[in-house]
Amino acid sequence: MSSYYNSEDLPKFGKIGEFGAKDLAKDFFKYYGETFKDGALTEREKSLIALAVAHSMQCPYCIDAYTTDTIQKGCTEDEMMEAVHVAAALAAGVKLVHSVQMINKAKEVTM
Amino acid sequence: MNPVKSLKAQKSELGESAFQLKVLNDEERIGKKLPLFRDKLLDQSLFPLKPTQLEIFQINVGKMCNQVCKHCHVDAGPDRKEIMTKETMQHCVDIIGKYKFTTLDLTGGAPEMNHNFRWFIEEIRKVDDNINIIVRCNLTIILANPKYHDLPSFFKKNRIEVVSSLPATSASRTDSQRGDGVFEDSIKALLMLNEVGYGIEGSGLKLNLVYNPAGAFLPAGQAGLEKEFKRVLSSKFGIVFNSLYAITNIPISRYLDYLLVSGNYGAYMEKLVEAYNPVAATNVMCRNTLSIGWDGYLYDCDFNQMLDLKVAAKSQHISEFDYEELSNRSIIINQHCYGCTAGAGSSCGGEVA
Repeated sequence: MSSYYNSEDLPKFGKIGEFGAKDLAKDFFKYYGETFKDGALTEREKSLIALAVAHSMQCPYCIDAYTTDTIQKGCTEDEMMEAVHVAAALAAGVKLVHSVQMINKAKEVTM
Repeated sequence: MNPVKSLKAQKSELGESAFQLKVLNDEERIGKKLPLFRDKLLDQSLFPLKPTQLEIFQINVGKMCNQVCKHCHVDAGPDRKEIMTKETMQHCVDIIGKYKFTTLDLTGGAPEMNHNFRWFIEEIRKVDDNINIIVRCNLTIILANPKYHDLPSFFKKNRIEVVSSLPATSASRTDSQRGDGVFEDSIKALLMLNEVGYGIEGSGLKLNLVYNPAGAFLPAGQAGLEKEFKRVLSSKFGIVFNSLYAITNIPISRYLDYLLVSGNYGAYMEKLVEAYNPVAATNVMCRNTLSIGWDGYLYDCDFNQMLDLKVAAKSQHISEFDYEELSNRSIIINQHCYGCTAGAGSSCGGEVA
């Protein structure tokens, strides 16, 4: 195996059921498809959320898929980049909010 | 940066239709063997593909254009001098007067650059007052020269349906496909069309937009794109329009050149084949359309025209038009046809499935 991530593996995702647990794969893809359909949120909004999550999860396959998907759905460069900034801001916030725990502990053990 | 010259003027191999067909069938360039489009139709008992009814008469009045778009399947541009003559136009008028087509679809190049464009439309109106006339207007032509500034009024007077390309609601993505400054001029032209009533509810004047992906990807759903275009164009610029047609880029001519140069060719062809939709195949536009070239030759569609694949009939020229024979011809297909059957399908009027 030359690399753990190969772009040509992405189209194989839909065939994971052929290896085993066929019904689970079928249920997952049905759920996945339904999730991204127009609902209270538009397909376009859901695609931007997925792009942000893809960065948050640091999944190259998802970044590849949802970069194309957001462009296909007419999202602008600014919208895409802002979605990634949301992911980045959350990631930073997640770290920084833990500082409250640090501050609490510091107060507990110091005079 | 957009090309300033057509592939033909650059003397590129891809300017030749025979070379394009060779590339489309070259497994090595694609990286794998793809199923033949013919076999897909055979699986559905659709081969040989036959017309349903001749309804749309599409005329390419010339390859001259004021723009040099990166994806242009016509390889149009200011350096292309192929223009339909008045004599060939008269043949077309005679055919339209004789047979009942529902739609006349005028395309190019920029069709307005043909010197006889206005005369042609007025003559057509004389022989068929009811036919729906579409002009595929690239928008920027309206601002390109003072002599074109009154085009919106001319369109209105002749009850023309205007169909115009706009690949994005942002300048950067539009200009990357259609050339620097095209977005700004397109917005100005759309406002001029709105001003005379185009796209305005109740006016009866239709203004439809065409969305072609500005890159190596397929269009998303037409309804979602239309909603987004309407939202942005209205809120940012106060522009209204009727419908948006999402059209897949067909891998020929300058778009094929882009795919090859950018290294996206194999993946794009695979995408088209994977997205093959049998319903779209049943409804492909070549089944109700006849395409006429600038020199009067007849084709199954505008793409076959650019690949120089003339109709499989004895009457291959407008001067020897044989309605019966053309209604029963077998439509010529090749690997580029996957572009019209991918996903929700694609035609000059958008999705077909």
